[in-house]
Amino acid sequence: MIIATAVEIADRRAGRLGDKYYAGRARSVMNRNFTAFKSSTWLVVLSGFIEPVLYLFAFGFGLGQFIGDVEVSNNVISYAVFIAPGLLATSAMNGAIYDSTWNVFFKMHESRLYQGMLATSLGPLDVALGEIAWALLRGLIYAIGFVAIVAPLGLIPSWWGILAIPASVLIAFGFAAIGMAITSYISSFQQMGAINLALLPMFLFSGAFYPIEVFPESAQILIKALPLHHGVSLIRGLTLGEIDISLLGHAGYFVIMIALGLFFTTKRLTALFMR
Amino acid sequence: MTTNLIQAHGLTKRYGDFVAVAGIDFHVAKGESFGLLGPNGAGKSSTMRIIAATSQRTGGDIKILDKDPNLHGPQIRAHLGVVPQQDNLDTELTVEQNLFVYGRYFGLSSSFIKNKIEELLDFAQLVEKRDVKVDALSGGMKRRLTIARALISEPDILMLDEPTTGLDPQARHILWDRLFRLKEQGVTLVITTHYMDEAEQLCDRLVVMDKGKIMAEDSPAGLIKTYSTKEVLEVRFGSERNAEMSEKLKQHCERIEVLPDRILMYADDAEKVLEEIIKQGIHPITSLVRRSSLEDVFLRLTGRSLIE
Ligand SMILES: Nc1ncnc2c1ncn2[C@@H]1O[C@H](COP(=O)(O)OP(=O)(O)O)[C@@H](O)[C@H]1O
Ligand SMILES: [Mg+2]
Repeated sequence: MIIATAVEIADRRAGRLGDKYYAGRARSVMNRNFTAFKSSTWLVVLSGFIEPVLYLFAFGFGLGQFIGDVEVSNNVISYAVFIAPGLLATSAMNGAIYDSTWNVFFKMHESRLYQGMLATSLGPLDVALGEIAWALLRGLIYAIGFVAIVAPLGLIPSWWGILAIPASVLIAFGFAAIGMAITSYISSFQQMGAINLALLPMFLFSGAFYPIEVFPESAQILIKALPLHHGVSLIRGLTLGEIDISLLGHAGYFVIMIALGLFFTTKRLTALFMR
Repeated sequence: MTTNLIQAHGLTKRYGDFVAVAGIDFHVAKGESFGLLGPNGAGKSSTMRIIAATSQRTGGDIKILDKDPNLHGPQIRAHLGVVPQQDNLDTELTVEQNLFVYGRYFGLSSSFIKNKIEELLDFAQLVEKRDVKVDALSGGMKRRLTIARALISEPDILMLDEPTTGLDPQARHILWDRLFRLKEQGVTLVITTHYMDEAEQLCDRLVVMDKGKIMAEDSPAGLIKTYSTKEVLEVRFGSERNAEMSEKLKQHCERIEVLPDRILMYADDAEKVLEEIIKQGIHPITSLVRRSSLEDVFLRLTGRSLIE
Protein backbone atom coordinates (compact mmCIF):
# COMPACT_ATOMS: atom_id res chain seq x y z
CA MET A 1 0.00 0.00 0.00
CA ILE A 2 1.24 3.46 -0.85
CA ILE A 3 0.88 5.91 2.00
CA ALA A 4 0.58 9.58 1.17
CA THR A 5 3.29 11.79 2.69
CA ALA A 6 2.62 15.12 4.36
CA VAL A 7 3.98 16.86 1.27
CA GLU A 8 1.73 14.96 -1.14
CA ILE A 9 -1.27 15.69 1.04
CA ALA A 10 -0.48 19.41 1.15
CA ASP A 11 0.25 19.59 -2.59
CA ARG A 12 -3.19 18.21 -3.45
CA ARG A 13 -4.72 21.51 -2.43
CA ALA A 14 -2.05 23.72 -3.99
CA GLY A 15 -3.44 26.24 -6.44
CA ARG A 16 -6.98 26.07 -5.14
CA LEU A 17 -8.73 29.21 -3.98
CA GLY A 18 -7.64 30.13 -0.45
CA ASP A 19 -4.98 27.41 -0.22
CA LYS A 20 -2.91 29.75 1.99
CA TYR A 21 -5.65 29.81 4.60
CA TYR A 22 -7.43 26.51 4.35
CA ALA A 23 -6.03 23.00 4.03
CA GLY A 24 -9.40 21.25 4.27
CA ARG A 25 -8.59 19.66 7.62
CA ALA A 26 -10.73 21.40 10.23
CA ARG A 27 -11.55 17.80 11.24
CA SER A 28 -8.06 17.28 12.62
CA VAL A 29 -8.60 20.19 15.00
CA MET A 30 -11.91 18.67 16.09
CA ASN A 31 -10.11 15.37 16.57
CA ARG A 32 -7.70 17.09 18.93
CA ASN A 33 -10.58 18.56 20.93
CA PHE A 34 -12.34 15.23 21.12
CA THR A 35 -9.16 13.59 22.39
CA ALA A 36 -8.81 16.25 25.10
CA PHE A 37 -12.53 16.04 25.89
CA LYS A 38 -12.36 12.29 26.52
CA SER A 39 -9.94 12.84 29.37
CA SER A 40 -11.54 15.99 30.80
CA THR A 41 -13.78 16.05 33.84
CA TRP A 42 -17.39 15.18 33.17
CA LEU A 43 -18.50 17.74 35.69
CA VAL A 44 -17.64 20.60 33.33
CA VAL A 45 -19.49 18.88 30.52
CA LEU A 46 -22.56 18.25 32.63
CA SER A 47 -22.78 21.78 33.99
CA GLY A 48 -23.41 23.26 30.53
CA PHE A 49 -26.39 20.96 30.20
CA ILE A 50 -27.80 21.34 33.68
CA GLU A 51 -27.82 25.12 33.86
CA PRO A 52 -30.83 25.82 31.57
CA VAL A 53 -32.71 22.92 33.11
CA LEU A 54 -32.25 24.43 36.57
CA TYR A 55 -33.43 27.82 35.33
CA LEU A 56 -36.45 26.17 33.81
CA PHE A 57 -37.48 24.52 37.05
CA ALA A 58 -36.74 27.55 39.21
CA PHE A 59 -38.42 30.14 37.00
CA GLY A 60 -40.78 28.20 34.73
CA PHE A 61 -42.38 26.09 37.42
CA GLY A 62 -41.45 27.99 40.59
CA LEU A 63 -41.98 31.60 39.62
CA GLY A 64 -44.47 30.51 36.96
CA GLN A 65 -47.00 29.53 39.64
CA PHE A 66 -47.30 33.15 40.73
CA ILE A 67 -47.30 34.56 37.22
CA GLY A 68 -49.91 32.23 35.79
CA ASP A 69 -50.49 32.26 32.05
CA VAL A 70 -48.99 34.72 29.61
CA GLU A 71 -50.51 36.11 26.45
CA VAL A 72 -48.23 36.32 23.44
CA SER A 73 -49.63 37.36 20.07
CA ASN A 74 -53.16 36.23 20.97
CA ASN A 75 -51.94 32.88 22.33
CA VAL A 76 -52.42 32.11 25.98
CA ILE A 77 -49.63 29.87 27.23
CA SER A 78 -48.14 28.89 30.57
CA TYR A 79 -45.08 30.77 31.75
CA ALA A 80 -42.92 27.64 31.46
CA VAL A 81 -43.88 27.29 27.80
CA PHE A 82 -42.95 30.94 27.36
CA ILE A 83 -39.46 30.77 28.83
CA ALA A 84 -38.36 27.29 27.64
CA PRO A 85 -37.36 28.59 24.16
CA GLY A 86 -35.75 31.63 25.76
CA LEU A 87 -33.59 29.38 27.91
CA LEU A 88 -32.63 27.22 24.94
CA ALA A 89 -31.48 30.28 22.99
CA THR A 90 -29.65 31.65 26.03
CA SER A 91 -27.81 28.44 26.75
CA ALA A 92 -26.79 28.18 23.09
CA MET A 93 -25.33 31.65 23.45
CA ASN A 94 -23.58 31.00 26.75
CA GLY A 95 -22.03 27.71 25.64
CA ALA A 96 -20.78 29.16 22.38
CA ILE A 97 -19.38 32.25 24.05
CA TYR A 98 -17.61 30.24 26.73
CA ASP A 99 -15.95 27.99 24.14
CA SER A 100 -15.02 30.79 21.81
CA THR A 101 -13.72 33.27 24.39
CA TRP A 102 -12.15 31.72 27.50
CA ASN A 103 -11.13 28.50 25.78
CA VAL A 104 -9.76 30.25 22.73
CA PHE A 105 -7.99 32.90 24.78
CA PHE A 106 -6.21 30.20 26.76
CA LYS A 107 -5.14 28.29 23.67
CA MET A 108 -3.96 31.46 21.98
CA HIS A 109 -1.96 33.07 24.77
CA GLU A 110 -1.33 30.58 27.56
CA SER A 111 -0.79 27.13 26.08
CA ARG A 112 0.31 28.48 22.67
CA LEU A 113 -1.65 25.65 21.13
CA TYR A 114 -2.51 27.52 17.96
CA GLN A 115 1.14 28.32 17.30
CA GLY A 116 1.76 24.58 17.32
CA MET A 117 -1.10 23.88 14.95
CA LEU A 118 -0.09 26.64 12.57
CA ALA A 119 3.46 25.32 12.37
CA THR A 120 2.01 22.31 10.53
CA SER A 121 0.48 22.30 7.07
CA LEU A 122 -2.83 23.53 8.52
CA GLY A 123 -4.04 27.05 7.70
CA PRO A 124 -5.66 29.57 10.04
CA LEU A 125 -9.13 28.89 8.64
CA ASP A 126 -8.77 25.19 9.49
CA VAL A 127 -8.08 26.16 13.09
CA ALA A 128 -10.96 28.65 13.27
CA LEU A 129 -13.46 26.28 11.64
CA GLY A 130 -12.32 23.29 13.68
CA GLU A 131 -12.68 25.17 16.94
CA ILE A 132 -16.09 26.53 16.02
CA ALA A 133 -17.34 23.22 14.67
CA TRP A 134 -16.37 21.58 17.94
CA ALA A 135 -18.26 24.20 19.94
CA LEU A 136 -21.28 23.60 17.71
CA LEU A 137 -21.16 19.86 18.17
CA ARG A 138 -21.31 20.36 21.90
CA GLY A 139 -24.10 22.90 21.45
CA LEU A 140 -26.03 20.39 19.36
CA ILE A 141 -25.79 17.74 22.03
CA TYR A 142 -26.92 20.16 24.74
CA ALA A 143 -29.84 21.31 22.59
CA ILE A 144 -30.98 17.74 21.95
CA GLY A 145 -30.72 17.04 25.67
CA PHE A 146 -32.77 20.11 26.56
CA VAL A 147 -35.48 19.37 24.03
CA ALA A 148 -35.61 15.75 25.15
CA ILE A 149 -36.36 16.89 28.71
CA VAL A 150 -38.69 19.74 27.87
CA ALA A 151 -40.86 18.19 25.13
CA PRO A 152 -42.33 15.37 27.28
CA LEU A 153 -43.31 18.03 29.84
CA GLY A 154 -45.51 19.58 27.17
CA LEU A 155 -43.43 22.75 26.91
CA ILE A 156 -43.07 22.54 23.13
CA PRO A 157 -46.62 22.74 21.79
CA SER A 158 -45.77 22.60 18.08
CA TRP A 159 -44.03 19.96 15.97
CA TRP A 160 -42.13 22.80 14.37
CA GLY A 161 -40.30 22.75 17.70
CA ILE A 162 -38.02 20.02 16.35
CA LEU A 163 -36.40 22.75 14.27
CA ALA A 164 -35.44 24.49 17.49
CA ILE A 165 -32.48 22.07 17.60
CA PRO A 166 -30.84 23.19 14.34
CA ALA A 167 -31.88 26.75 15.13
CA SER A 168 -29.97 26.69 18.39
CA VAL A 169 -26.93 25.37 16.53
CA LEU A 170 -27.25 28.31 14.14
CA ILE A 171 -27.43 30.68 17.10
CA ALA A 172 -24.40 29.05 18.69
CA PHE A 173 -22.52 29.33 15.39
CA GLY A 174 -23.21 33.06 15.20
CA PHE A 175 -22.07 33.70 18.76
CA ALA A 176 -19.03 31.41 18.44
CA ALA A 177 -17.86 33.12 15.26
CA ILE A 178 -18.21 36.61 16.72
CA GLY A 179 -16.82 35.52 20.08
CA MET A 180 -13.73 34.07 18.47
CA ALA A 181 -13.22 37.16 16.35
CA ILE A 182 -13.42 39.40 19.43
CA THR A 183 -11.14 37.13 21.44
CA SER A 184 -8.50 37.22 18.74
CA TYR A 185 -8.26 41.00 19.20
CA ILE A 186 -8.00 40.78 22.98
CA SER A 187 -4.69 40.56 24.79
CA SER A 188 -5.50 40.51 28.51
CA PHE A 189 -7.77 38.76 30.97
CA GLN A 190 -9.24 42.10 32.11
CA GLN A 191 -10.59 42.75 28.65
CA MET A 192 -12.03 39.26 28.64
CA GLY A 193 -14.08 40.20 31.70
CA ALA A 194 -15.72 42.96 29.65
CA ILE A 195 -17.26 40.34 27.35
CA ASN A 196 -19.17 38.82 30.27
CA LEU A 197 -20.29 42.26 31.34
CA ALA A 198 -21.78 42.83 27.89
CA LEU A 199 -23.57 39.48 27.92
CA LEU A 200 -25.41 39.91 31.21
CA PRO A 201 -27.78 42.72 30.15
CA MET A 202 -28.45 40.92 26.90
CA PHE A 203 -29.40 37.84 28.89
CA LEU A 204 -31.75 39.82 31.15
CA PHE A 205 -33.42 42.13 28.63
CA SER A 206 -33.66 40.19 25.35
CA GLY A 207 -37.09 38.74 25.93
CA ALA A 208 -36.12 35.37 27.32
CA PHE A 209 -38.04 35.92 30.56
CA TYR A 210 -40.80 38.37 29.54
CA PRO A 211 -41.96 40.01 26.31
CA ILE A 212 -39.91 43.04 25.33
CA GLU A 213 -43.15 44.97 24.75
CA VAL A 214 -43.01 45.99 28.43
CA PHE A 215 -40.29 48.47 27.49
CA PRO A 216 -40.81 51.86 25.80
CA GLU A 217 -40.55 51.95 22.03
CA SER A 218 -37.02 53.41 21.98
CA ALA A 219 -35.61 50.71 24.26
CA GLN A 220 -37.26 48.05 22.14
CA ILE A 221 -35.42 49.27 19.05
CA LEU A 222 -32.15 48.88 20.91
CA ILE A 223 -33.03 45.38 22.08
CA LYS A 224 -34.07 44.34 18.59
CA ALA A 225 -30.59 45.21 17.37
CA LEU A 226 -29.08 42.67 19.77
CA PRO A 227 -28.43 39.10 18.62
CA LEU A 228 -29.97 37.27 21.56
CA HIS A 229 -33.36 38.83 20.90
CA HIS A 230 -33.30 37.32 17.41
CA GLY A 231 -32.26 33.98 18.85
CA VAL A 232 -35.09 33.96 21.38
CA SER A 233 -37.65 35.07 18.80
CA LEU A 234 -36.52 32.44 16.30
CA ILE A 235 -36.74 29.56 18.73
CA ARG A 236 -39.95 30.76 20.34
CA GLY A 237 -41.57 31.07 16.92
CA LEU A 238 -40.64 27.46 16.23
CA THR A 239 -41.66 25.94 19.54
CA LEU A 240 -45.01 27.78 19.50
CA GLY A 241 -45.52 26.97 15.83
CA GLU A 242 -45.90 30.63 14.84
CA ILE A 243 -44.25 30.31 11.47
CA ASP A 244 -43.89 33.42 9.37
CA ILE A 245 -41.41 35.31 7.27
CA SER A 246 -39.92 37.09 10.28
CA LEU A 247 -38.23 33.82 11.32
CA LEU A 248 -36.13 34.01 8.17
CA GLY A 249 -35.10 37.50 9.19
CA HIS A 250 -33.99 36.27 12.61
CA ALA A 251 -32.05 33.40 11.01
CA GLY A 252 -30.50 35.80 8.50
CA TYR A 253 -29.16 37.89 11.37
CA PHE A 254 -27.12 34.88 12.50
CA VAL A 255 -25.92 34.06 9.00
CA ILE A 256 -24.44 37.55 8.82
CA MET A 257 -22.84 37.14 12.26
CA ILE A 258 -21.22 33.90 11.10
CA ALA A 259 -19.83 35.42 7.93
CA LEU A 260 -18.42 38.47 9.71
CA GLY A 261 -17.03 36.41 12.59
CA LEU A 262 -15.21 33.95 10.33
CA PHE A 263 -13.84 36.72 8.16
CA PHE A 264 -12.35 38.67 11.06
CA THR A 265 -11.12 35.57 12.90
CA THR A 266 -9.19 34.29 9.89
CA LYS A 267 -7.83 37.74 9.16
CA ARG A 268 -6.74 38.22 12.74
CA LEU A 269 -5.24 34.73 13.18
CA THR A 270 -3.26 35.31 10.02
CA ALA A 271 -2.01 38.65 11.34
CA LEU A 272 -1.22 37.27 14.80
CA PHE A 273 0.63 34.15 13.82
CA MET A 274 2.03 35.04 10.44
CA ARG A 275 3.72 38.25 11.62
CA MET B 1 16.12 23.20 -9.52
CA THR B 2 18.91 24.20 -7.20
CA THR B 3 20.39 21.77 -4.71
CA ASN B 4 19.80 24.32 -1.95
CA LEU B 5 16.74 23.65 0.17
CA ILE B 6 16.78 27.20 1.47
CA GLN B 7 18.05 30.27 -0.34
CA ALA B 8 17.81 33.79 1.13
CA HIS B 9 18.87 37.14 -0.35
CA GLY B 10 18.73 40.41 1.57
CA LEU B 11 16.20 38.86 3.95
CA THR B 12 14.75 41.57 6.20
CA LYS B 13 12.29 41.60 9.08
CA ARG B 14 11.01 44.77 10.72
CA TYR B 15 8.64 45.02 13.65
CA GLY B 16 7.32 48.55 13.26
CA ASP B 17 10.44 50.73 13.06
CA PHE B 18 12.67 48.13 14.67
CA VAL B 19 14.84 46.09 12.31
CA ALA B 20 15.24 42.57 13.72
CA VAL B 21 16.80 41.00 10.62
CA ALA B 22 18.79 43.46 8.55
CA GLY B 23 19.18 42.03 5.06
CA ILE B 24 20.93 38.68 5.36
CA ASP B 25 22.08 36.23 2.68
CA PHE B 26 22.43 32.53 3.36
CA HIS B 27 21.65 29.13 1.92
CA VAL B 28 21.15 25.65 3.31
CA ALA B 29 22.08 22.61 1.22
CA LYS B 30 20.36 19.25 1.39
CA GLY B 31 21.71 16.99 4.13
CA GLU B 32 23.78 19.61 5.88
CA SER B 33 23.51 20.85 9.40
CA PHE B 34 23.34 24.63 9.33
CA GLY B 35 23.60 26.87 12.36
CA LEU B 36 22.68 30.42 13.31
CA LEU B 37 24.94 31.38 16.20
CA GLY B 38 24.36 34.64 18.01
CA PRO B 39 23.41 36.25 21.32
CA ASN B 40 19.87 36.96 22.49
CA GLY B 41 18.14 39.46 20.24
CA ALA B 42 20.39 38.75 17.24
CA GLY B 43 17.35 37.93 15.09
CA LYS B 44 17.71 34.14 15.05
CA SER B 45 14.14 33.27 15.99
CA SER B 46 12.77 35.88 13.60
CA THR B 47 14.76 34.25 10.79
CA MET B 48 13.56 30.79 11.83
CA ARG B 49 9.92 31.88 11.79
CA ILE B 50 10.29 33.27 8.30
CA ILE B 51 11.80 29.98 7.09
CA ALA B 52 9.00 28.09 8.86
CA ALA B 53 6.43 30.16 6.93
CA THR B 54 4.83 31.42 10.13
CA SER B 55 6.08 35.00 9.80
CA GLN B 56 6.16 37.22 6.74
CA ARG B 57 9.39 38.87 5.72
CA THR B 58 9.26 42.62 5.22
CA GLY B 59 12.02 42.74 2.63
CA GLY B 60 14.37 40.68 0.48
CA ASP B 61 13.74 37.23 -0.91
CA ILE B 62 13.63 33.71 0.40
CA LYS B 63 12.84 30.43 -1.27
CA ILE B 64 12.26 27.22 0.62
CA LEU B 65 12.34 24.21 -1.73
CA ASP B 66 11.96 26.75 -4.53
CA LYS B 67 8.74 28.12 -3.05
CA ASP B 68 7.95 31.55 -1.62
CA PRO B 69 6.72 31.14 1.98
CA ASN B 70 4.45 34.18 1.68
CA LEU B 71 2.49 32.40 -1.04
CA HIS B 72 2.71 28.70 -0.21
CA GLY B 73 2.66 28.45 3.60
CA PRO B 74 0.90 25.10 4.05
CA GLN B 75 2.84 23.46 1.19
CA ILE B 76 6.16 24.59 2.65
CA ARG B 77 5.24 23.69 6.21
CA ALA B 78 4.48 20.14 5.03
CA HIS B 79 8.24 19.78 4.38
CA LEU B 80 9.30 21.11 7.78
CA GLY B 81 9.54 19.87 11.34
CA VAL B 82 9.55 22.77 13.75
CA VAL B 83 10.96 22.82 17.28
CA PRO B 84 10.18 26.32 18.58
CA GLN B 85 12.26 28.13 21.19
CA GLN B 86 9.40 27.85 23.71
CA ASP B 87 7.72 24.47 24.00
CA ASN B 88 4.11 24.48 22.89
CA LEU B 89 3.14 20.90 23.58
CA ASP B 90 -0.54 20.18 24.14
CA THR B 91 -0.76 20.11 27.92
CA GLU B 92 -4.24 18.60 27.95
CA LEU B 93 -2.97 15.46 26.20
CA THR B 94 -0.62 12.57 26.94
CA VAL B 95 2.73 12.00 25.23
CA GLU B 96 1.29 9.54 22.74
CA GLN B 97 -1.81 11.66 22.07
CA ASN B 98 0.42 14.66 21.38
CA LEU B 99 2.18 12.75 18.62
CA PHE B 100 -1.01 11.30 17.16
CA VAL B 101 -2.95 14.54 17.08
CA TYR B 102 0.00 16.37 15.52
CA GLY B 103 0.31 13.79 12.76
CA ARG B 104 -3.37 14.31 12.00
CA TYR B 105 -2.80 18.04 11.55
CA PHE B 106 -0.66 17.06 8.56
CA GLY B 107 -3.46 14.82 7.30
CA LEU B 108 -1.42 11.62 7.74
CA SER B 109 -3.29 8.34 8.02
CA SER B 110 -3.86 6.75 11.44
CA SER B 111 -2.02 3.58 10.52
CA PHE B 112 1.02 5.50 9.34
CA ILE B 113 1.04 7.64 12.49
CA LYS B 114 0.64 4.66 14.80
CA ASN B 115 3.71 2.94 13.36
CA LYS B 116 5.66 6.15 13.40
CA ILE B 117 4.80 6.78 17.04
CA GLU B 118 6.47 3.52 18.11
CA GLU B 119 9.64 4.50 16.26
CA LEU B 120 9.63 8.04 17.67
CA LEU B 121 8.91 7.08 21.28
CA ASP B 122 11.87 4.77 21.05
CA PHE B 123 14.04 7.46 19.47
CA ALA B 124 13.05 10.05 22.08
CA GLN B 125 13.47 7.52 24.91
CA LEU B 126 9.92 8.12 26.04
CA VAL B 127 8.44 4.63 25.64
CA GLU B 128 7.64 4.37 29.36
CA LYS B 129 6.09 7.81 29.38
CA ARG B 130 3.63 7.28 26.53
CA ASP B 131 0.50 7.55 28.71
CA VAL B 132 1.76 10.41 30.86
CA LYS B 133 0.42 13.95 30.44
CA VAL B 134 3.12 16.31 29.26
CA ASP B 135 2.99 18.52 32.36
CA ALA B 136 4.52 15.65 34.30
CA LEU B 137 7.61 15.48 32.04
CA SER B 138 11.01 16.99 32.85
CA GLY B 139 12.35 19.82 30.71
CA GLY B 140 14.62 17.49 28.75
CA MET B 141 11.80 15.02 28.10
CA LYS B 142 9.51 17.80 26.88
CA ARG B 143 12.21 18.92 24.50
CA ARG B 144 12.69 15.37 23.20
CA LEU B 145 8.95 15.02 22.76
CA THR B 146 8.83 18.29 20.83
CA ILE B 147 11.56 16.96 18.54
CA ALA B 148 9.74 13.63 18.14
CA ARG B 149 6.56 15.56 17.33
CA ALA B 150 8.39 17.56 14.67
CA LEU B 151 9.59 14.30 13.08
CA ILE B 152 6.13 12.73 12.78
CA SER B 153 5.68 14.00 9.22
CA GLU B 154 9.15 12.80 8.13
CA PRO B 155 10.24 16.35 7.32
CA ASP B 156 12.93 17.26 4.79
CA ILE B 157 14.19 19.99 7.11
CA LEU B 158 14.20 19.94 10.90
CA MET B 159 14.20 23.42 12.41
CA LEU B 160 15.54 23.65 15.97
CA ASP B 161 15.35 27.01 17.75
CA GLU B 162 17.69 26.87 20.76
CA PRO B 163 17.11 23.16 21.32
CA THR B 164 18.96 22.88 24.64
CA THR B 165 18.52 26.30 26.25
CA GLY B 166 17.42 25.93 29.85
CA LEU B 167 18.41 22.26 30.15
CA ASP B 168 20.91 20.82 32.60
CA PRO B 169 24.21 19.46 31.19
CA GLN B 170 23.12 15.82 31.27
CA ALA B 171 19.86 16.51 29.45
CA ARG B 172 21.78 18.57 26.89
CA HIS B 173 24.13 15.68 26.17
CA ILE B 174 21.25 13.25 25.68
CA LEU B 175 19.66 15.69 23.27
CA TRP B 176 22.87 16.26 21.34
CA ASP B 177 23.24 12.52 20.95
CA ARG B 178 19.73 12.28 19.48
CA LEU B 179 20.34 15.17 17.11
CA PHE B 180 23.62 13.67 16.04
CA ARG B 181 21.80 10.48 15.04
CA LEU B 182 19.41 12.48 12.88
CA LYS B 183 22.35 14.20 11.26
CA GLU B 184 23.89 10.81 10.48
CA GLN B 185 20.61 9.71 8.91
CA GLY B 186 20.96 12.64 6.52
CA VAL B 187 18.22 14.87 7.91
CA THR B 188 18.83 18.51 7.06
CA LEU B 189 19.07 20.50 10.28
CA VAL B 190 18.73 24.23 10.83
CA ILE B 191 19.76 25.07 14.38
CA THR B 192 19.94 28.32 16.30
CA THR B 193 21.96 28.57 19.45
CA HIS B 194 23.88 30.94 21.64
CA TYR B 195 26.03 28.08 22.94
CA MET B 196 29.29 27.83 21.07
CA ASP B 197 29.85 24.24 22.19
CA GLU B 198 26.48 23.31 20.73
CA ALA B 199 27.32 24.98 17.44
CA GLU B 200 30.70 23.23 17.33
CA GLN B 201 29.13 19.85 18.09
CA LEU B 202 26.20 19.94 15.72
CA CYS B 203 26.83 22.33 12.83
CA ASP B 204 28.67 21.57 9.61
CA ARG B 205 28.47 25.21 8.66
CA LEU B 206 27.23 28.26 10.48
CA VAL B 207 26.69 31.97 10.30
CA VAL B 208 27.52 34.23 13.21
CA MET B 209 24.67 36.70 13.71
CA ASP B 210 24.61 39.91 15.70
CA LYS B 211 22.03 42.70 15.70
CA GLY B 212 20.23 41.29 12.70
CA LYS B 213 23.35 41.01 10.54
CA ILE B 214 25.57 38.13 9.51
CA MET B 215 29.14 38.79 10.67
CA ALA B 216 30.80 35.68 9.22
CA GLU B 217 30.06 32.33 7.65
CA ASP B 218 32.06 29.09 7.54
CA SER B 219 32.50 25.71 9.23
CA PRO B 220 33.26 25.94 12.97
CA ALA B 221 36.91 25.01 12.32
CA GLY B 222 37.12 27.42 9.41
CA LEU B 223 35.79 30.30 11.48
CA ILE B 224 38.29 29.61 14.23
CA LYS B 225 41.09 29.41 11.74
CA THR B 226 40.14 32.69 10.07
CA TYR B 227 39.23 34.77 13.09
CA SER B 228 41.35 33.35 15.88
CA THR B 229 44.65 31.69 16.67
CA LYS B 230 45.07 28.01 17.48
CA GLU B 231 45.31 28.59 21.21
CA VAL B 232 44.43 31.10 23.90
CA LEU B 233 46.08 31.94 27.18
CA GLU B 234 43.67 33.20 29.81
CA VAL B 235 45.26 35.11 32.66
CA ARG B 236 43.79 36.89 35.69
CA PHE B 237 45.31 39.63 37.79
CA GLY B 238 42.20 40.77 39.68
CA SER B 239 39.80 43.15 38.03
CA GLU B 240 41.67 46.36 39.03
CA ARG B 241 44.97 45.43 37.44
CA ASN B 242 43.76 43.88 34.19
CA ALA B 243 43.85 47.10 32.15
CA GLU B 244 47.30 48.10 33.40
CA MET B 245 48.76 44.61 32.78
CA SER B 246 47.40 44.38 29.26
CA GLU B 247 49.86 47.11 28.16
CA LYS B 248 52.79 44.92 29.24
CA LEU B 249 51.34 41.72 27.82
CA LYS B 250 50.44 43.04 24.36
CA GLN B 251 53.87 42.49 22.79
CA HIS B 252 53.89 38.77 23.73
CA CYS B 253 50.92 37.66 21.62
CA GLU B 254 49.19 38.18 18.27
CA ARG B 255 46.07 39.77 19.75
CA ILE B 256 44.77 40.62 23.19
CA GLU B 257 41.24 41.00 24.63
CA VAL B 258 40.62 42.53 28.03
CA LEU B 259 37.45 41.26 29.67
CA PRO B 260 36.15 42.51 33.03
CA ASP B 261 37.44 39.44 34.88
CA ARG B 262 40.34 38.20 32.73
CA ILE B 263 42.70 38.84 29.85
CA LEU B 264 42.72 36.65 26.74
CA MET B 265 46.02 36.35 24.90
CA TYR B 266 45.83 34.85 21.42
CA ALA B 267 48.77 32.83 20.03
CA ASP B 268 49.32 29.57 18.19
CA ASP B 269 51.48 28.29 21.06
CA ALA B 270 49.97 29.64 24.28
CA GLU B 271 52.18 27.53 26.51
CA LYS B 272 55.20 29.36 25.15
CA VAL B 273 53.58 32.74 25.80
CA LEU B 274 52.98 31.79 29.40
CA GLU B 275 56.63 30.79 29.82
CA GLU B 276 57.75 34.09 28.28
CA ILE B 277 55.69 36.34 30.52
CA ILE B 278 56.77 34.44 33.63
CA LYS B 279 60.37 34.91 32.52
CA GLN B 280 59.59 38.67 32.38
CA GLY B 281 58.56 38.48 36.01
CA ILE B 282 54.84 38.75 35.34
CA HIS B 283 52.89 36.39 37.61
CA PRO B 284 49.14 36.11 36.99
CA ILE B 285 46.89 34.90 39.86
CA THR B 286 45.60 32.14 37.62
CA SER B 287 46.42 31.07 34.09
CA LEU B 288 44.83 28.68 31.64
CA VAL B 289 45.89 27.44 28.22
CA ARG B 290 43.07 26.29 25.95
CA ARG B 291 42.16 25.83 22.28
CA SER B 292 40.37 28.66 20.53
CA SER B 293 36.59 28.33 20.32
CA LEU B 294 33.70 30.03 18.58
CA GLU B 295 33.40 32.25 21.65
CA ASP B 296 36.73 33.78 20.62
CA VAL B 297 35.49 34.19 17.07
CA PHE B 298 32.43 36.04 18.31
CA LEU B 299 34.52 38.24 20.56
CA ARG B 300 36.77 39.13 17.68
CA LEU B 301 33.86 39.89 15.36
CA THR B 302 31.74 41.95 17.73
CA GLY B 303 33.94 42.95 20.65
CA ARG B 304 31.40 41.35 22.96
CA SER B 305 31.00 37.97 24.50
CA LEU B 306 28.27 35.60 23.36
CA ILE B 307 26.54 35.11 26.70
CA GLU B 308 26.20 38.31 28.70
N1 LIG C 1 6.83 39.89 17.46
C1 LIG C 1 7.76 40.82 17.74
N2 LIG C 1 7.41 42.13 17.85
C2 LIG C 1 8.33 43.07 18.11
N3 LIG C 1 9.63 42.84 18.28
C3 LIG C 1 10.07 41.57 18.19
C4 LIG C 1 9.15 40.51 17.92
N4 LIG C 1 9.85 39.35 17.88
C5 LIG C 1 11.14 39.68 18.12
N5 LIG C 1 11.27 41.01 18.31
C6 LIG C 1 12.53 41.73 18.57
O1 LIG C 1 13.42 41.44 17.51
C7 LIG C 1 14.73 41.23 18.01
C8 LIG C 1 15.23 39.88 17.54
O2 LIG C 1 14.48 38.89 18.21
P1 LIG C 1 14.67 37.36 17.94
O3 LIG C 1 14.51 37.09 16.50
O4 LIG C 1 13.77 36.65 18.87
O5 LIG C 1 16.18 37.15 18.35
P2 LIG C 1 16.94 35.87 18.92
O6 LIG C 1 16.11 34.66 18.62
O7 LIG C 1 18.24 35.87 18.22
O8 LIG C 1 17.09 36.08 20.39
C9 LIG C 1 14.65 41.37 19.51
O9 LIG C 1 15.12 42.65 19.85
C10 LIG C 1 13.21 41.22 19.82
O10 LIG C 1 12.84 41.99 20.94
MG1 LIG D 1 15.35 33.27 19.86
